[in-house]
Amino acid sequence: MSATVGELAGSVVPVSFTLGADGQIRQRLRLSRGFMWLCRLATYASLLVLAVLLLSIVWNSVGRLRWDFLSSHYSMQPDRCGILAGLWGTFWLVLLTAAFSIPVGVGSAVYLEELAKDTWLMRVIRLNLSNLAGVPSIVYGILGLTAFRPLVIQLQSVFDGRHVVNVLGLFRLRLLKLDIYDGSVLIGAMTMSLVILPTVIIASQEALRAVPSTIRVASLALGATRWQTIWRQVLPASLPGIATGVILSISRAMGEAAPLMMIGVLTVASMCPGGIESPGQLLTEPGRVLAVPFDQFTAMPVEIYDWSKQPDPQDRFTGVAASGILVLLAVLLTVNAAAMIVRYRAGRQLRW
Amino acid sequence: MPACSGGFRFVGIVEFLQEGQGWLMSVASRVVGNWGTAVLLAFSAFLSAGCSVESVDAPAAKTGGETAGATESAAGGEKRIQVDGSSTVAKVAAAVQEEFTKKFADTKVALKVTGTGTGFKEMIAGRIDIANASRPVKDSEKADCEKAGIELVELKIALDGLTVCVNRENDWLDTITVAQLKKIWAPGSTVKTWKDVDPAWPDVPLALFGPGEESGTFDYFTEVINGKEDQITENYSASADDNVTITGIAGEKGGMGFFGCAYYFSNRDKVKVLKISATDSVADGIEPTVETVRSGAYKPLSRPLFIYVKKSSLAKPEVLDFAKYFLNEGQSQVSTVGYVPLEEAELATVNAALDAAVSGAGK
Repeated sequence: MSATVGELAGSVVPVSFTLGADGQIRQRLRLSRGFMWLCRLATYASLLVLAVLLLSIVWNSVGRLRWDFLSSHYSMQPDRCGILAGLWGTFWLVLLTAAFSIPVGVGSAVYLEELAKDTWLMRVIRLNLSNLAGVPSIVYGILGLTAFRPLVIQLQSVFDGRHVVNVLGLFRLRLLKLDIYDGSVLIGAMTMSLVILPTVIIASQEALRAVPSTIRVASLALGATRWQTIWRQVLPASLPGIATGVILSISRAMGEAAPLMMIGVLTVASMCPGGIESPGQLLTEPGRVLAVPFDQFTAMPVEIYDWSKQPDPQDRFTGVAASGILVLLAVLLTVNAAAMIVRYRAGRQLRW
Repeated sequence: MPACSGGFRFVGIVEFLQEGQGWLMSVASRVVGNWGTAVLLAFSAFLSAGCSVESVDAPAAKTGGETAGATESAAGGEKRIQVDGSSTVAKVAAAVQEEFTKKFADTKVALKVTGTGTGFKEMIAGRIDIANASRPVKDSEKADCEKAGIELVELKIALDGLTVCVNRENDWLDTITVAQLKKIWAPGSTVKTWKDVDPAWPDVPLALFGPGEESGTFDYFTEVINGKEDQITENYSASADDNVTITGIAGEKGGMGFFGCAYYFSNRDKVKVLKISATDSVADGIEPTVETVRSGAYKPLSRPLFIYVKKSSLAKPEVLDFAKYFLNEGQSQVSTVGYVPLEEAELATVNAALDAAVSGAGK
C-alpha cells in the first residue's frame, strides 16, 4: 500500500481508492505532497541565494574585470590592481600540493583498502581519517607553521652561501644558488597537502570499495599477482572516483586562505614565485622553476581577502575583490570540468 | 658529466646511473605512459639545468673558477626587502613600493600585513628588514630587540587623523568633548536625540554614520573613543564608502559621522567639522587642520605612523634606497592613500636621523 501512495505522491491526478479509509489516504497524500514541496523549496532557496551572490559579484566586478586584471600586479590604485601574483602563486601551490598529496593519498587508500589486515590499529586509523577531514584548515596552518617552517629554514642553512653539496663524500653536487625564503611555496604546499590528504584518502577508499570484488577474484584466479591486480584492474576501475575526489580536494586547496595566512604568505605581492610572470618564461628560462618552491608567494584567496577588507574612501576595491572572486571561480570551474572529462573518458575506457 | 681524474667510486656511480637510465625509462613509460615519460624527461632536464655533478677529487682552483658562474641565483639575482606590520601603514607602504619597484626594477618588496605587534615580533625574530607600526615601539619590544642584537631606526613617515563631522545646519555645536563622543558612540549607548547627550542641545534625533569594522579608521576611532577596539553602538549606519557617510551626514539635520581627515580636507564644503576637546572643557577644542594634525595638537584623534628599519639591514643598498625613497619621492603617495604627509622641516629631521643611522652603521 505504501508503495502505491509513494508512486501517487508526485502525480496530480486524483485516484479513488476502494479501500475503506478514503479520507485518511487523502490526508497522507497531502502530507506527502507537502513534503515534496518542502524539499523543492529547500533546493530552490539555496539556488536563489547562489544566484543572488553570483549576480552581485558580477555586478560589482563590472568595470574592473578586464584582461589586464590577469596580467597586473597589486596596486593601491584599484584601476591598475591585478591578480597576476595570486594566479601564479595558486598555480604553483596547487601543482606542488598535488605532487605531494596524490601519491601519498592514493597510496594510503590502496594500502588501507586492498592490503592492510583488519587490525585494531587499522580501525583506529580509518576512524581518525574521518576526524582529520573535519579539522578546521587553520589548525593545519598552525601545524605547518610549527613543523614545516623550521624544516625549510634548516634547508636555508644548508644552501646558504655554499651551493656545492658533498653527497656522502662520493661526489659534489653543484647547485644553482637558491634563495630560500620563509613562507615559501614549499611550506604552503606541504601544509595544504595535510589539509586535503584526509579527503583524498577517504574519496579514494570509497572509489576502491566500489570496484566489485569479483574483478579482484577473477584477476587473482587468472594468476595475476596482487600488485598486477591492483595496478591493472582495481586502480583503472576506480580511477574516475579517485580523480573526482582528488580534483575536488585540489579545488578546496585553491580556495583556502586561512592556513596560508598562518604560515605567513605575502599580503601585498608584486612578484611571482621564481620571477616567472608569463608561461613563455617557463620555456625561455626553465632554471627559474627551481627557485619556485623556495620563493615567497601569495594565493588568490589571500589577495581576495585583502582586497575585500581594503579600507578605501570610495569603496573602489570592492570591484577588484569581485573580479578576483570571478577569476578564482573560473579557475575552479575549469578544474572541475577537467574532472568531468577525466571521469567520462576513464569510464568509457573501462571494459571487462 | 666530467669523468675527472676521479675516484673509482664516483665512476661506479655514474656507470650505475647510465645503465640504470634505460631500465628506469622503460619502467617509467610502463607506469606513466609515453606522455608521462616525456613530462618526466622534461622535468629532469630542468633539474639538470640547475645542477652539475663533479668528482670529489676535482682541483680546488677549478671549483673556485666555476663558482662565479654558479653564484647566479636561480631567480635571476633579484633583491628583496622583507616588510611586515600594521595594516594602516601597509597602505602607504604598498603605494610607495609600487612606485619604488618601477624605479628599481631588480628589487622586490615582500609585504605582509599582520598588525603592529606581530610586525615587531617578526623583527625581534630577525626575519624582516622593516616593521610597519601605527604606534611608537613599546619599551618591552625595544628591550627584546636589544636582547636579540637588533637595533631599530625609527622613521616617522606620515600622520593619520580622524575628523568628526555634523550637518551644516547644526548650529548648536562647534566643539565636542571626548566624553560626549563616548556617550554617543559607546556600545549599548541609549541616546536617541541630541538632547539626550546634553540638555542644552535641541530635541533633534541623532543619525550616526561611519566606516564599517573592516576599516582601520573604525578600529582607531573605537579604540580611542570607546576605549576598546571594535566596540561601538549598534545604532549607526556603517559603510565602507566615505561618500555614503558624508552624504548621510549632509542629508540629516541631526547627522554625525567620522572618517579619515584626508577625506575631510578634500570635501570641506559638504559638512561641518567639529573641534575636539580632550578635556571636559569646551574651550580646549582643537580644530583638525593639516597643521594641528602635524603638530599633534589635535588630540586624541591624530597619530603618527612609523616604519622601523633594522639598522644592520641599512647596510644593504636596496633597504637604504627604499627607506630614502619612502621619505622623499614616496611622500607624494601618503596623501593619495588618505593620510597627512610630514612637513618639510620634520621630513628633513627624519632624513637626518636616517643618515645618522647609516653613518653609524658604517662605523
